Amino acid sequence: AEKRDSVFPWFGLDIGGTLVKLVYFEPKDITAEEEEEEVENLKSIRKYLTSNVAYGSTGIRDVHLELRDLTLCGRKGNLHFIRFPTHDMPAFIQMGSEKHFSSLHTTLCATGGGAYKFEQDFRTMGDLELCKLDELDCLIKGVLYIDSVGFNGHSECYYFENPTDAERCQKLPFNLENPYPLLLVNIGSGVSILAVYSKDNYKRVTGTSLGGGTFFGLCCLLTGCSTFEEALEMASHGDSTKVDKLVRDIYGGDYERFGLPGWAVASSFGNMMSKEKRESVSKEDLARATLITITNNIGSIARMCALNENINRVVFVGNFLRINTISMRLLAYALDYWSKGQLKALFLEHEGYFGAVGALLGLLDSA
Amino acid sequence: MGLLRGCGGGSGSRTPVRGSLTKLAYYSTVQHKVARVRSFDHSGKDIDNEPLYEISVQEEITARLHFIKFENTYIETCLDFIKDHLVNTETKVIKATGGGAYKFKDLIEKKLGLKVDKEDVMTCLIKGCNFVLRNIPHEVFAYQKDSDTEFRFQTNHPNIFPYLLVNIGSGVSIVKVESEDKFEWIGGSSIGGGTFWGLGALLTKTKKFDELLQLASKGQHTNVDMLVKDVYGGAYQTLGLSGNLIASSFGKSTTADKEFSKEDMAKSLLHMISNDIGQLACLHAKLHNLDKIYFGGFFIRGHPVTMRTITYSINFFSKGEVQALFLRHEGYLGAIGAFLKGAEQDNPNQYSWGENYAGSSGLMSTSPDVSPLQRTRSGTFDMLEMDRLERPLVNLPLLKDPSTYIPDTVDLTDDAMARKYWLTCFEEALDGVAKRAAASQPDSVDAQERAEKFRQKYWNKLQTLRQQPFAYGTLTVRSLLDTREHCLNEFSFPDPYSKVKQKENGIALKCFQSVIESLDSLDWEERQFALVKGLLAGNVFDWGAKAVSDVLESEPQFGFEEAKSKLQGKGRSLLEGPPHKCALIFADNSGIDIILGVFPFVRELLSRGTEVILACNSGPALNDVTYSESLIVTERIAAMDPVIHSALRDEKLLLVQTGSSSPCLDLSRLDQGLAVLVRERQTDLVVIEGMGRAIHTNYYAVLRCESLKLAVIKNSWLADRLGGKIFSVIFKYEVPCK
Repeated sequence: AEKRDSVFPWFGLDIGGTLVKLVYFEPKDITAEEEEEEVENLKSIRKYLTSNVAYGSTGIRDVHLELRDLTLCGRKGNLHFIRFPTHDMPAFIQMGSEKHFSSLHTTLCATGGGAYKFEQDFRTMGDLELCKLDELDCLIKGVLYIDSVGFNGHSECYYFENPTDAERCQKLPFNLENPYPLLLVNIGSGVSILAVYSKDNYKRVTGTSLGGGTFFGLCCLLTGCSTFEEALEMASHGDSTKVDKLVRDIYGGDYERFGLPGWAVASSFGNMMSKEKRESVSKEDLARATLITITNNIGSIARMCALNENINRVVFVGNFLRINTISMRLLAYALDYWSKGQLKALFLEHEGYFGAVGALLGLLDSA
Repeated sequence: MGLLRGCGGGSGSRTPVRGSLTKLAYYSTVQHKVARVRSFDHSGKDIDNEPLYEISVQEEITARLHFIKFENTYIETCLDFIKDHLVNTETKVIKATGGGAYKFKDLIEKKLGLKVDKEDVMTCLIKGCNFVLRNIPHEVFAYQKDSDTEFRFQTNHPNIFPYLLVNIGSGVSIVKVESEDKFEWIGGSSIGGGTFWGLGALLTKTKKFDELLQLASKGQHTNVDMLVKDVYGGAYQTLGLSGNLIASSFGKSTTADKEFSKEDMAKSLLHMISNDIGQLACLHAKLHNLDKIYFGGFFIRGHPVTMRTITYSINFFSKGEVQALFLRHEGYLGAIGAFLKGAEQDNPNQYSWGENYAGSSGLMSTSPDVSPLQRTRSGTFDMLEMDRLERPLVNLPLLKDPSTYIPDTVDLTDDAMARKYWLTCFEEALDGVAKRAAASQPDSVDAQERAEKFRQKYWNKLQTLRQQPFAYGTLTVRSLLDTREHCLNEFSFPDPYSKVKQKENGIALKCFQSVIESLDSLDWEERQFALVKGLLAGNVFDWGAKAVSDVLESEPQFGFEEAKSKLQGKGRSLLEGPPHKCALIFADNSGIDIILGVFPFVRELLSRGTEVILACNSGPALNDVTYSESLIVTERIAAMDPVIHSALRDEKLLLVQTGSSSPCLDLSRLDQGLAVLVRERQTDLVVIEGMGRAIHTNYYAVLRCESLKLAVIKNSWLADRLGGKIFSVIFKYEVPCK
């Protein structure tokens, strides 16, 4: 029991509304002695996780995000990032049960709403007691930790310069050494917005139900797609200006009285009030418009919160941004444009994994 | 109808889509009949057998603002309508705003031979908004879910600025308005009515906005949205979360293999958009430190469904600190604004305006079975009419707190029992009123016909109010009475009681001297009692009250002494203390009331050294004494009575008009001249007399000086309500706490 801190495996789990995020610390400094002592179950879990990049039909390890040669609690190792859909949670628990996870006497730290929702299933199906951790605590802890260790020698945090100019747009590292205060916008299925003033001083400012789940949900209904990747792929080939009504569609150009540029969207899906136009748009156009609508709205709300809280750095995280350069660039541009350069949009490489990282850190703290 | 000043071609959405509306505002001069009284020259005549004064009906021209709306499909019909009425050719320019202003420019110019001046949409909207906020009582309301009275009307605040206007058209504009001319676009959102409509049409294959709203009102959003409890399971309660909050809109539709019902999707979409707008509006309100948000635009316009969701959202996001407010005439704001732009040389803001209940269709009282074409032609389509009042109306300077003053005692929108009673009461009295109106013009060939039209119109209004008590703002006995007066006027019955009043004034004048003599013979104490008693007794004569008019109709000999004996109440004297500087008296009825009740009281006040301002209605209502009648009556009394004579000469007794033509009294809308006088003479006593002014209205009014409210309750239901008997007395003497 004294050596509880070193009891492997080290997991952090974040069970969201759509996705489960799992981080796994793979110790690389295992001594021969340890290797000998390592129980078979533990070894098989380590081997299973590290030698595969996909698990079952839906589990995926984001190899490109792996953090190598990390020192954590005196141990050296690699941090792995794995995700799978929340609806496969029962299968995951089942697998844990089959691999006799409970015999390892480790604690499984979990955060996110699912930590509550699946607590009973873990207990009955997996014979496992979850250690539930606060979602927002974990998120902030994870962000601060990953940013501090960096991304394999590169900066974790970055921003876009010239975000709308395809030729000149550049992703540049941002030094988040003195991070406070910052506005943290976590875009999962829904959106949470936090104002962070120090390591332990933060508040949830607001949230919106128009998030990643809305984009994906609407895309499924409008285009019949079935995966987030498919929805994004469609969006990347569409033209939202066929679907949206722009300021110039109404005023013929800029609306000078209010200083609104002609290219600004006046009404999302506004053109779809007309039957002819409904018949002339493609699924790709609709997917693109959905993406633009949701993204712009998050940008707007984040901007208003930043103004109300008097914070000028806005960090966007969450899995909505995964492989979603369109949204990131748009957020970067919208924040800059509407705040007349006062606000800066920042992004983090490990997008949606910070809650899980926080849960892992929670495990080590609790020891 | 003559001068046409402006035209607001604002459409529901900024683009002229099918089903969009054009709103037209025009200014007309309306010829209508007014009753005039003129004193005869009595020198050398047998005054005993001559009527007191001459009554004539004259044509008068007053200005009226009309606002009408119709579907864009009928633009040509509308233009014909304008052309028909465009008599005065001085007008060369027509003001138009909204997307339709661009679309119909050529058509309008060709058809009317007028130049179209396009006005900025938002400028017009805000001009119109300021105008209605200032001029229409009960313009603003809050929407209450799960309440008998869905619409909670707000008292007009003397200072309307600053406020936030959130216009939800196809997109959303958020404008901060700081003064008449200062406003600023502070933000907006592309997720608005167009998103609901466009996205809704894609998701449900339902094409019409109204149908989408109907779908939404039948749906269950929880089938489509991911709720907090879907993410947390059953554990949300222990975390202090509300499980029913939406975690992710459309979060359950992230699958290709499930079918969702149209209703559920429409509902989810409605929640998503309403919540989003409410959240942004709150964020802006917070940033600018504002707590009043008015919502407008086609997304809101008369749709309880969207008013409900927006109100919910504002309550949720502001934690109750900000109130979502709506406007009765929201749909006309752009047109009103465009009109005001066009009429700037006339400076309409220098006048006061009154909503004409006869010519206005109420909130949501559109009748869908009337085709728009019929509506434009029949005049029964959605419209708002406002009469220009020649002089500005202002607050009584003696009101303790103008911002919380509510004239009316009972809110009939709130009180279903009272509403039923009064609507029935007005229905039952209607035949009698129509009969009296017809009888008042025995020489007119079409009086019967007009009286019947009046009867029908007022009957219809009453039926509308049964269905939609909120149609014209808070429903009150006052609004019912005023509506009846407006309807009588519309059918050229400017003063049905003119002859009755004439006769009664004549009779009462003949008794004046003997009443004064008998009062003067009493000792001080007895006289004070008799004066108050006289005030109350005289007030029994009120043709407006059904119980009294029954007695009066059946027993024409019903006299002053008998009325006095029917009094069961008590009189109390407020004349014991030091004399007041100046008393303001709001008079009620013609005849015995003013001449034998009020004047002896006035005379006593004058004798004590108190100056008296006697305020009478500007225009006729029932048998209430009008300002012009009061002038003649006073002149005749002065001829008999030296006290009144010298007081008039020395300007110790002043006659003024109230600015009103209502049997009730709204102390927040009084003639400016009266207010000036009240201030100048340092008025320290206000006497309000009669049921209409002291019970139906102002019973709870709080003044900064002493006040006396007195009336005889001439309605048994009301007497029951107030815990008394019919013909019992209200005598409310109030001294402000120091």
